[in-house]
Amino acid sequence: MPPSTTRPKAPKVPQRPGDRIFAGASTGAGVLILVVLAGVAAFLLVEAWPSLTAPAEDIPGGEGVAVYVWPLLFGTLISAVFALLIASPLAVAIALFITYYAPRRIAAGLGYLIDLLAAVPSIIYGLWGFTVLAPLTVEPANWLAENLGFIPLFAGPPSATGRTMLVAVIVLAVMILPIITAVVREAFRQTPRLHEEASLALGATRWEMIRMAALPFGRSSIIGASMLGLGRALGETMAVAIVLSVSGGVTFNLISSANPSTIAANIALQFPESSGIAVNTLIASGLVLFAITLAVNMVARAVINRRKEFSGAN
Amino acid sequence: MPTPTSQSSESDLYTPLTGAPLTAGQLPRGAAPLTLAIVALAALGLWQFADWSPAGAAVVGALVYTAVIYLWSRVVEGPRKATDRLVTAVVTCAFLLALLPLISVVVTVLSNGLARFDTEFFSYSMRGIVGEGGGAYHAIMGTLIITALAALISVPVGLLTAVYLVEYGRGKLAKAITFFVDVMTGIPSIVAGLFAYALFALIFGPGVRMGIMGAIALSVLMIPVVVRSTEEMLKLVPNELREASYALAVPKWRTIVKVVLPTALAGIATGVTLAIARVIGETAPLLITVGITSSDNFNPFDGRMATLSVFSYYEYVNPGVPPQFSLDRAWAAALTLIIIVMVLNLVARLISRLFAPKTRA
Repeated sequence: MPPSTTRPKAPKVPQRPGDRIFAGASTGAGVLILVVLAGVAAFLLVEAWPSLTAPAEDIPGGEGVAVYVWPLLFGTLISAVFALLIASPLAVAIALFITYYAPRRIAAGLGYLIDLLAAVPSIIYGLWGFTVLAPLTVEPANWLAENLGFIPLFAGPPSATGRTMLVAVIVLAVMILPIITAVVREAFRQTPRLHEEASLALGATRWEMIRMAALPFGRSSIIGASMLGLGRALGETMAVAIVLSVSGGVTFNLISSANPSTIAANIALQFPESSGIAVNTLIASGLVLFAITLAVNMVARAVINRRKEFSGAN
Repeated sequence: MPTPTSQSSESDLYTPLTGAPLTAGQLPRGAAPLTLAIVALAALGLWQFADWSPAGAAVVGALVYTAVIYLWSRVVEGPRKATDRLVTAVVTCAFLLALLPLISVVVTVLSNGLARFDTEFFSYSMRGIVGEGGGAYHAIMGTLIITALAALISVPVGLLTAVYLVEYGRGKLAKAITFFVDVMTGIPSIVAGLFAYALFALIFGPGVRMGIMGAIALSVLMIPVVVRSTEEMLKLVPNELREASYALAVPKWRTIVKVVLPTALAGIATGVTLAIARVIGETAPLLITVGITSSDNFNPFDGRMATLSVFSYYEYVNPGVPPQFSLDRAWAAALTLIIIVMVLNLVARLISRLFAPKTRA
């Protein structure tokens, strides 16, 4: 009789209750995060619904939600995009400085200094922009209006207090600078060392090495980081609420005292004094902001993650 | 006897093909720092003696230095090296430019905030205060209570999620959670506030304000930060430790609790501290969920509370007559806030430096 070929059954690993509870709890926590994210969308939608279905006369402004939100959306987009235009080249330059130009020994400390910019609470940026930056921009704004007034951005008349879109843009740029810098620095740090050394060995100057080895490698990170910064700028609230002098309307004029507000700042300014349908309208505008930032962030993360998968570094 | 060919090859060694000496294409040693020093002195002179504004003098100085070093290098060294020097100057200027707002913010907050940075500020609330005096005791306590509650919610959830992602998570669910945690870090703080408001408005009716709402809004912002930092730290724990523990027949959950988490504890503590530092200065979500009050309310389940950031905001935008007292309080609150944040950042660095596991002996 041939020996039985069936292997003895592996002893069943006892599933201890502790294991089951712990695995369940940690999975539950992970799922909770997804639930919260879905909950944000769901609760905002529920609370925004009355304003979406209400007759247009009841909405603040009297012409419906779309007309109410559009100038705010415009202000949000224009402030964030201009802030990004200022911040992203600057952030790339700073990341290059810290990674390739600064003396090795103090580079980490310099990076920490830039990170401190992100630690300052936004309300303090607002107070700073209002008291320090705004008065500083009055004279340059006058000059811009006189000499470059033919460009719609600087059409004027320049504001006398300096509480303009220009100041809001600069403050936003300062606030998103450290976030962009951090991601771009991370990318530059992962540039394959051999690529850098090979190009230096072929006689490239430092800038040529950066252009040929580091920048192509970090390109998608720079794009992703900029979009992260854009998302942050879109949702930034208090600094804009304090700095900007608001009068509604849609204008590209950066230096006048009549500016469109942003969605976030408008909510912060109006919410404490609102009640009834006005609150629902504000939440509807918040829903729009949430949708936009979610889309921007998802694209940004997808771009950054794609680089992780296809880069030569790992 | 030397042949004519060897003679000619010997002389070739000393005359490069172009006929120019090999050391010609370089600026003299120390040219860049010297130019910089001269330009800086000139700019200093413009500021001190020609009544220029310091910013204007600095900008003109930077431009002049960049132009001089570029043109000089272009004439002597050629366009490639000149571009290199130009980029070096530009990149350095960008870094210095970014430091300006940081310095300016710190100086402004310090010079304005010290006026009311006294014992009365830390021991009085604003109850019955019109004009001079009063303090932010109620606001400081409110900030501490709400932030502590937020940490109490987010640290367990964040820790467990990170444990799931590193130790248990496989497949689509883990991927989705990782992705959406990243996305969640980008949620605007005001939207988090609206979420907490919408949630509680459904239960308690519109117009509700409570401390716990603020804590929930803050934890929406805090959880992703805790997850990301804890996840990074857990990934650093060497697999050998886990395997050694399994080999001793220790169950998985005890391995995680007794081996993995203690090893990563310093990093986790750093991450949590930084997460607290991030949310403690938030204004927008507290403004719409917690509101403001002028007297002590330390019960987060009952009505409006004061918080430091919202206190600073209202003192600034609604000053009394004369406004100076109120503005001073606003700046003192801002100074307190910035000190708390900086101390938390410092503590985080210290924890990670002092308690880091020694990986190599």
